[in-house]
Amino acid sequence: MALNSSDTAWLLVATALVLVMTPALGFFYGGMVRTKNALNTLMMSFSALGFVGLAWALFGYSIAFGRASQWCGGSEYFLLRGVTLDPQGTIPHVLFFAYQGTFAVITAALISGAIVERMRFGPYVAFITLWSLLVYAPVAHWVWGSGGFLAKLGALDFAGGTVVHINAAAAALVCAIVVGSRKDYARQAMLPQNVPFTLLGAGLLWLGWFGFNAGSALGANRSAALAFTNTMLAPMATLVVWTMLDLMRTKKATAIGAATGIVVGLVAITPAAGFVSPMSAIILGGIAAFPSYFALLYRARTRLDDSLDVVAAHGVGGVVGALLTGVLASKAWNGSTDGSLAQLGVQAIAIGITIAYSAIATLAIVKLIGAVSTLRATPRDEGLGLDFSQHGEEAYSRGEGAILLLDGRNE
Amino acid sequence: MKLVVAVIRPEKLNDVLEALFHAEVKGLTISRVQGHGGETERVETYRGMTVKMELSEKVRIEIGVSDHFVEPTVNAIMNAARTGDVGDGKIFVLPVEQVYRIRTGETDRAAVTPVGVPPG
Repeated sequence: MALNSSDTAWLLVATALVLVMTPALGFFYGGMVRTKNALNTLMMSFSALGFVGLAWALFGYSIAFGRASQWCGGSEYFLLRGVTLDPQGTIPHVLFFAYQGTFAVITAALISGAIVERMRFGPYVAFITLWSLLVYAPVAHWVWGSGGFLAKLGALDFAGGTVVHINAAAAALVCAIVVGSRKDYARQAMLPQNVPFTLLGAGLLWLGWFGFNAGSALGANRSAALAFTNTMLAPMATLVVWTMLDLMRTKKATAIGAATGIVVGLVAITPAAGFVSPMSAIILGGIAAFPSYFALLYRARTRLDDSLDVVAAHGVGGVVGALLTGVLASKAWNGSTDGSLAQLGVQAIAIGITIAYSAIATLAIVKLIGAVSTLRATPRDEGLGLDFSQHGEEAYSRGEGAILLLDGRNE
Repeated sequence: MKLVVAVIRPEKLNDVLEALFHAEVKGLTISRVQGHGGETERVETYRGMTVKMELSEKVRIEIGVSDHFVEPTVNAIMNAARTGDVGDGKIFVLPVEQVYRIRTGETDRAAVTPVGVPPG
């Protein structure tokens, strides 16, 4: 196929939009932790931009989009060999590579929500880097790679509900269990340090998600327009339903609830964005609020310290979205597939395989890293906060009693 | 009557409050303060600037108690606030000349006895 300049222009913008989702996620998460862990939580997202992004460039892209088999790509694009200006579809191959790289980064960063406020920074960075190569890249190959077996099976996943959200949530669940709960979990009230950050993060995620979903059409076309509109409508519906649920339960519409509702709506519409009608997107967004809302309430009463509820928001929201895609898909809108019971079954199989592989492979990686280093900060460092113990900085330093050392660390 | 003043680690505040409530110490005031004891200073780096933080965040608790309550109060704080590392803080017990409860004008022992408990 020949290059198309409209498609290229839109994908250039979309790539930048998706890249901003990772810092946005940092703010979404960073607002919900305690003051002493604010920077560490933000750094868990920001570090993915470097470490996962680079791993993707050197190896991950080839594992995901190489041609070796239906299970896994080959080594033909290692070190970006063969990633040129030649067309991939209607856009330059380098741009396709860059666009896909932003997905790998955000997916790995999503997992951090399950282990904030206690996991050491070094092992965390090692984990997300290995995870992006051994879990994200193969799963991306199954759904989007050439001849991937979930694609052959007919699973519908427009922008990565299964590859990104269900995949990350399964890994998050395993990480939360293996790393263990925070020492203060269920003993003390741990209040969010900056709720406006969380709202800011949710807003920026929504902006970036237009690139994520509408960009997944890989062109400036009707499919992109449909995905764009659905990405606007579904979270609107989720936000309204979520607020209603909040009002019925506590008589107050909470701000963190609103931020969470928006993200759940975005997660849910991700697999469906280019496959369902705008009215269906509203229905899908509204329905998606219920399971996640009650999963959040339930999780908080269990011993599972999935601290920022990656499973309830991305896992439950992702599964609901992926299943409803199988029901609500409309041939009139996507030109290929109608929803059916058989399609629902295919969606369920793809979800099940992804969860199983992600959970098992994540367990192996975390256990491996845990065997060669210590996953958790010491109770003392955890008490002091990870900002100081991991990064030697504070988020809100007032500078009282700070003495300038002119020769670095040597007095 | 005594005034018990304790300076503790902020991350131990919840443990201390819990211990005090179990010891039935019900009236207290806390403030966020900064202080320096014998703890090793923390070194932080912001770009090219390296700084030594001489002051650490602490919480000061003030509790006015009648004499027989001093020991349980001090024990509760001591046990709950201790980590064993330098920087756990101090407890001071000071004599108090007079206490007034603003609402009723009660003085001294009656004023530091929680509402609903017969002074005894």
